Amino acid sequence: MFGKKMFPGGVHPREGVNGKAVNSGNPIRELPAPKRVIIPLSQHIGAPAAALVKKGDTVLMGQKIGEPCGFVSAAVHASVSGKVVSIENVLVASGASVPAVVIENDFQDSWCALSPSDHPETLTAAELQEIIREAGIVGLGGATFPTSVKLTAPEGKSFEMLIINGAECEPYLTADHRLMLEKAADIVDGIHLIMLALDIPKAIIGVENNKKDAIAVLKAAAESVEGVTVCALPVMYPQGGEKQLIYATTRRKVPTGGLPVDVGCVVCNVGTIYAVQQAIREGKPLIQRVVTMGGLVNNPGNFMFRIGTTVESLIEACGGLSPDVVKLISGGPMMGAALPDAAVPMTKGTSGILALGKEAAEMPESPCINCGRCVKACPMRLVPTKLDLLVRGGNYEDAEKCGVLNCMECGACTFACPAKRLLTQSCRTGKRIINANKKAAAQKAAAEATKE
Amino acid sequence: MEIMIAALVLGAMGIVFGLVLTATSKIFAVPSDPRRDAVRDILPGANCGGCGYPGCDGCADAIASGKAPVDACPVCSAEVKAKIAEIMGQETPDASNRKIARVLCQGDCESAKQKFEYQGIQDCNAACTVGEGYKSCKFACLGLGTCVKVCPFDAIHINPETKLPVVDEEKCAACGKCVAACPKHVLELASVKNEVALLCRNTDKLKAVMDVCKTGCIGCQKCAKACKFEAITMVNNLPVIDYEKCRGCRMCAEACPTGAITALKPRQVAEIDQSGCIGCTICAKNCKFGAIEGSLKHPHKVNAACTGCGVCASKCPKKVITMKEATEPRDPKAAVEAAPVKPAEAPKA
Repeated sequence: MFGKKMFPGGVHPREGVNGKAVNSGNPIRELPAPKRVIIPLSQHIGAPAAALVKKGDTVLMGQKIGEPCGFVSAAVHASVSGKVVSIENVLVASGASVPAVVIENDFQDSWCALSPSDHPETLTAAELQEIIREAGIVGLGGATFPTSVKLTAPEGKSFEMLIINGAECEPYLTADHRLMLEKAADIVDGIHLIMLALDIPKAIIGVENNKKDAIAVLKAAAESVEGVTVCALPVMYPQGGEKQLIYATTRRKVPTGGLPVDVGCVVCNVGTIYAVQQAIREGKPLIQRVVTMGGLVNNPGNFMFRIGTTVESLIEACGGLSPDVVKLISGGPMMGAALPDAAVPMTKGTSGILALGKEAAEMPESPCINCGRCVKACPMRLVPTKLDLLVRGGNYEDAEKCGVLNCMECGACTFACPAKRLLTQSCRTGKRIINANKKAAAQKAAAEATKE
Repeated sequence: MEIMIAALVLGAMGIVFGLVLTATSKIFAVPSDPRRDAVRDILPGANCGGCGYPGCDGCADAIASGKAPVDACPVCSAEVKAKIAEIMGQETPDASNRKIARVLCQGDCESAKQKFEYQGIQDCNAACTVGEGYKSCKFACLGLGTCVKVCPFDAIHINPETKLPVVDEEKCAACGKCVAACPKHVLELASVKNEVALLCRNTDKLKAVMDVCKTGCIGCQKCAKACKFEAITMVNNLPVIDYEKCRGCRMCAEACPTGAITALKPRQVAEIDQSGCIGCTICAKNCKFGAIEGSLKHPHKVNAACTGCGVCASKCPKKVITMKEATEPRDPKAAVEAAPVKPAEAPKA
């Protein structure tokens, strides 16, 4: 039983003192809306949204302030009611500078006119995609890929199975865990609505075995809906990876370079499903989500925050940081990125904020000892140590041949490495350069074609 | 006796094989350009590929067939290039116009702001994966030495104080590897002759630049207005210098409020040989900076306002104006009004 639901490789990071055990018992609290929200227009993968408001405009809560540009893009909405103070470039969690709408909160929380669907059970696929697109919903697991695009099956292919990711394999993070406990009925309702609209016969909710309470609650809620099952998964990182989750729940292998739809699956995070349910039933766009504040803070917890709230306000609500903190991480400890500043806004993709101490932040690299632990840990069956050598040596062609583009940057290799080599970072660099080279080559070819 | 037989047999076989080989080599000889072999002999033979051809053989082929210029090899010295030119029966190329790599960023630790502290892999490409680099200016050089690693000629180094690369102009062979390797595109190949250059790539304007760097180009256009030779045009908020028109007067560098346009060489000034000057006033009429004084038919003098543009030297019919390195800083206040041609005649009459 245990072995059957396992993907190859993986690691088992221990949870910190203030990790899952502490935070999973903390109910989701509402983070008070701040005086000022900073809403970046690019909170998703794809083209940034175009601003619909200008300085001085009055906006209502839920009002669309950014129009999606292009197919792979998402709308952006005001998370508070108030006045637009400015539209300027701001530093965001990734360290990049992106245009954002800054809104001064009037604390009225006056919603704009919401238009819930009048026939939620009989939505067509196109209607569902339109609702999701208008609500600005993106993958809330952290990848922030526009959900409307994800739920559009490419021509000639169809979805046979909806897989819901409740694995939450990153240590420390409990946002999805709490959401499953507190909103189980809504999540199952959301799954049901998507299944009806897209004509998917089967849905599997994958939850790691360390969340037994959530499994029980979801099972109870799913009883009433035909075709929805809850699957308990062994605790192993990265169980929540898309390909790993599909393999663990269905034994289907997504081909190299392929998408889940190639094996008839589509994977959505529980948070995304909840957002979709809210958009259909209540007409509410995605203006808030749950975040876990963990690590060395005085009062860790799970918070429902308005998109655009700064990390500082979250820390304040948690009673401040312990003096030992040297690094703040956005996301989980395995895949998350260090924050450049505590004044950055939290966005749709912010699943956790972690305050880590010295031992987690300062890890000097030492030479590879060829122990092979990274190879054993890699869930994609790559050889990270070789990829690291190839990328650092500038041999990108061979790195590509060795499959560096299949790396999903889960961080298992870097975690497993006793020499603390920055293997994931190396693979990420290789991927970036190879993709940039490909793009440049394609552009060159296109330019030559137009010339001829 | 037996040993004699063996020696004879082997000797005879040797003669036969020798004759056959000689005959085949004559019959099947591939005609080869003797110049190609001569060029190949004096090329360095390191097969570095800096020329863009597959090794020195490929380069020699290309030079001999006229596909590549005689100075195609970026590594060999001026003497070797002269020899190749001699073999090819061409004129020795002008080495003073060769290209070198130039670093187009001056944002050092002091002038360029940092967004955050970068602790990852010490490589520019890796640093670019984290928020487009750790400097606030997204065009800035990250100074982690990706260019240093790819340079086959040891011609580029990171200055430990500024954390910016410095190109050794003598060693640089303009192979272009650093230019291709730089993820921030802050390196370019430029003529070693250029007197001034814009060392910034930030296409933003004014405050957006000043917020991130003290030495960035803010797109104020002062340089374009200061240029008296119309050599500067603004493209995408950055001045583009037309080096065909540029005379190296450095007025742009003087006008630049941030130092983004920088003089790369010491200033030259004109000097008039008093004994040879006939006082024709052509130099004074052509000077755009009021730097030449003197009356008609009297020897002229260059004042402290000379910018070293060299227009006078090229216009002087007697060729008595020479350019030499300036010893004192330029004083724009010394400039005189347009050359006093007519009044100068009055006292004489």
